[in-house]
Amino acid sequence: MNDPRADRLLKAWETPKGWRYWSAVNNSEVGLWYTLTAFAFFLFGGVLALIMRVQLAVPDNDWLTPDQYNQIFTMHGSVMMFLFAVPILEAISIMLLPEMLGARDLPFPRLSAYGYWCFLIGGVFVCGSLFFGVGPRGGWFMYPPMTTEYQDGIGPDIWLLGLSFIEIASIAAAVELIVGALKCRPPGMRLNLIPLYAWYILVVAVMILFAFPPLIAGDLLMELERAMDWPFFDVERGGDPMLWQHLFWIFGHPEVYIVFLPSIALVAMMVPTFARTPMAGYGWIVLAAVGTGFLSFGLWVHHMFTTGLPGISIGIFSAASEAVAIPTGVQIFCFIATLLVGRVQRNVCLKFVLAGLATFIIGGLTGVMVAIAPFDYQAHDTYFIVGHLHYVLIGGTIFPIVAGFYYYYPFVTGKQLSERLGNITFWLMLIGFNVAFFPMHIAGLLGMPRRVYTFPGGMGFEGPNLISSIGAFALGTGFLVLLWDVFRPKGKQPLVPRNVWNAGTLEWSGEVPDQPWGIRSIPIINSRYPLWEQENLLADIDAGNFYLPDAEEGRRETLVTSAVDAELMQCLRVPGPSFLPFWAAVFTGGVFIFSTYHWWIPAGCCSVLSFATIVTWLWTGTAEIPEKETKPVGLGQSLPLYVSGPAAVGWWAMFITMLGDMTAFISLVFGYFFYWTVHEDFPPEQWNGEPVVGAGTIWPLVSVGLAVVAWCAVVMARRLNREDHSVGFYSSSLLAVAVTVASGAALVWGPYSNGMDPTVHVYSSTTGVLVLWTVVHLALGATMLVYCIARRLFGKMDAKHDADIVNVTLGWHFLMLTVAITGSVLALFPWVA
Amino acid sequence: MNQQPVPLHDHGQRRPMKKRLWWIAISPTVWAIHFLACYITAAVWCEKIGEGNLRPLQISVGIYTAIALPMIIWVGYSSYRNFRRGDPPVPFDFDDPTDRTHFFGFTAFLLSALSVVATLFTVLVFVLVGSCD
Ligand SMILES: [Cu+2]
Repeated sequence: MNDPRADRLLKAWETPKGWRYWSAVNNSEVGLWYTLTAFAFFLFGGVLALIMRVQLAVPDNDWLTPDQYNQIFTMHGSVMMFLFAVPILEAISIMLLPEMLGARDLPFPRLSAYGYWCFLIGGVFVCGSLFFGVGPRGGWFMYPPMTTEYQDGIGPDIWLLGLSFIEIASIAAAVELIVGALKCRPPGMRLNLIPLYAWYILVVAVMILFAFPPLIAGDLLMELERAMDWPFFDVERGGDPMLWQHLFWIFGHPEVYIVFLPSIALVAMMVPTFARTPMAGYGWIVLAAVGTGFLSFGLWVHHMFTTGLPGISIGIFSAASEAVAIPTGVQIFCFIATLLVGRVQRNVCLKFVLAGLATFIIGGLTGVMVAIAPFDYQAHDTYFIVGHLHYVLIGGTIFPIVAGFYYYYPFVTGKQLSERLGNITFWLMLIGFNVAFFPMHIAGLLGMPRRVYTFPGGMGFEGPNLISSIGAFALGTGFLVLLWDVFRPKGKQPLVPRNVWNAGTLEWSGEVPDQPWGIRSIPIINSRYPLWEQENLLADIDAGNFYLPDAEEGRRETLVTSAVDAELMQCLRVPGPSFLPFWAAVFTGGVFIFSTYHWWIPAGCCSVLSFATIVTWLWTGTAEIPEKETKPVGLGQSLPLYVSGPAAVGWWAMFITMLGDMTAFISLVFGYFFYWTVHEDFPPEQWNGEPVVGAGTIWPLVSVGLAVVAWCAVVMARRLNREDHSVGFYSSSLLAVAVTVASGAALVWGPYSNGMDPTVHVYSSTTGVLVLWTVVHLALGATMLVYCIARRLFGKMDAKHDADIVNVTLGWHFLMLTVAITGSVLALFPWVA
Repeated sequence: MNQQPVPLHDHGQRRPMKKRLWWIAISPTVWAIHFLACYITAAVWCEKIGEGNLRPLQISVGIYTAIALPMIIWVGYSSYRNFRRGDPPVPFDFDDPTDRTHFFGFTAFLLSALSVVATLFTVLVFVLVGSCD
């Protein structure tokens, strides 16, 4: 190939060499590291499970102390959920999604890299605690008061801070994936043509956006209680442990679907390939994905049936739990239908798919059983639940992911996994899994409780437990064989042919071995299975006949299209390799890790450094003014290089991030009203003889008034900038900054002047946390304005290139809403109540 | 190469709601709001005010439902009209770039049907359960 265009393109997308390799931000590198790291955590979690099964193999075993056992089962659950199940979906998606969409990369590659490094640092930190015997011991759900009053040491802090840190990385990945799926599709790929995987990921990323923030809010409350003694969960001072359960399960139930849907998405990619036919019922599957996404938020209370809620609330959630079975069933029927219509090709991959579906159906049936409240009263906190959840999660998540390993291994390495070893793995896993988890249902029905480190003999628990332990080791052996197959040297094995499975979707258009550019030229798509249905597609892609076949300026570029119809909108320049995300993650990690040990000075230094790194990153890497307005992208078309407002990917990222931020804030407000509904004395008249006054009426409202002024000034600043009225822009922005500071001060002054001590009563602490949240956001709002002023001063923003101030204004709309809600709740609600 | 270049996005042109992505999310969102309203009303009523008498609670749920169900049904009906203009969607539906509208209609119709069922499930609880406990 002697195409100078290809050489330039290759040069632009070259992966850095040597130690600089670790500065790579391209989706294929980051996605691969991410996948391997998540898989390593999975193996760690699996070893913990085996240790537990050894302990439980015989009655009255004293191999582990109760304390060790508690740390191990807590860590097993936390690792599997937070360090494997969620990250693996993000990992696989970062690796696959751009290739499926024929995009060169996701829109914010450095954000993916940042997310990855955060995940690695946080994960090692959380897992490491186990080796020092200081791991958390409260179960992966961390219920207070066990984790607030009855646990000394820093275990819970490690859990709270370490995992909050990882959750932030997950939200970053969700932003990336939503914008990627909506805006970085190839031209012509309308919404009814996108690969089903992208639909699922879109739904899941939106779910992450609304499910994780409540948990972050809960983490914040619990950490404030542990570190500052703000009594959110302390019954003595008006708190209530049930608030944690609500916040946790508003996250925790959707979480089950967050880990399950992406695996089903992998199945949705594999089934048509092996059935040699398009997926039947595309619309039905989209219905199932979107419907499950919505309904799964209406289920959180089914984890709390035995906590003494009103019967009618239990009824509502029981109803929703039954309803979610409908869309779940629909997608499984679609898969089965496709397999029946097509001429099925049998191989290990498909075996894992089928095993996954079968197992998931069994788990789903026991799930419908426990969704019925009276049955749940019996089975609650027994091994029946352990059996049920492992059937759902292993059947729904792990088997499809293993299938995905077999399916996508050639995509990553150009080699194939062995069918022979695969069959051994398959039978070991399938039999081992059923032998391990089926007896748990029986042990549970016999009355064996969960989370016990041992059990007495003579109650009928010995048989099922011994069988379970044997099965667990068979399952573990299966994973060992898989591990060997994945990592054994394959130097002599020939490379696979291009599109080895003869699949129809774009990710298989890559050459073998793959080139770093992602795709030679970005094609026009007009069918769901372009490799099957579009004639001459591969040849045209390879010849560079489509979009962006060249990189004249040596920059990394990809196309941005409209969200519904994928019409061309922009040629987006994406940033290349950099160590900035790495350092940003190290310093952010430092803030969280040092805070765990209450080492406030290093934590403070790290927060300054991380702030500086992130500002440098934004300053040098975003909203760059291009050297020319438009550039030709091929096929005789020209596209703008700079856009702002709703057309820009940055605007979408801001909007999506703010939605997540708002969700966390609403969770805190929910807490305020929660205390009001369940407690007679909220807001209380007095506590321990001292009157408890609120934030007062005047000052919170003054704060809202000032925020309105600031907000108007921000909107004015945006307009004045666009009119190129620079004096007006600077004065309007500076006015906004000054008034923002005053607004924050007024908000703090209210409760402060009334002598509200957050440690006295839950009323003062909830007030405190709302004020704290809002003031931090006001500070952020002011900082963003200062940033815009600096951008304009240094010529990085002008009347035509105004993405910075447009995005900041968007953020300010949400900030305005936050201040308005906080102010009116604090000032007015005590009058209503 | 027999490809026609893809048109450029026209920022000036406003599109009707039925051609926007969130059209398909309306029905489930109505379900979610209805669900939350029912839950919050029930929680506040049972914890704060209620003395065993569920009548006012049932009436408010009736009002919520009287607002929510027609909305979902309206979305479902107009989506149905949208997709019926095309060919019947079995088994391989709308694999054609121009069929985006049919696809939206079909999915929105299915989601509306699901939302109706889920809403009715919620309402049924208030019909069948006679007390807070
Ligand atoms: Cu659940």
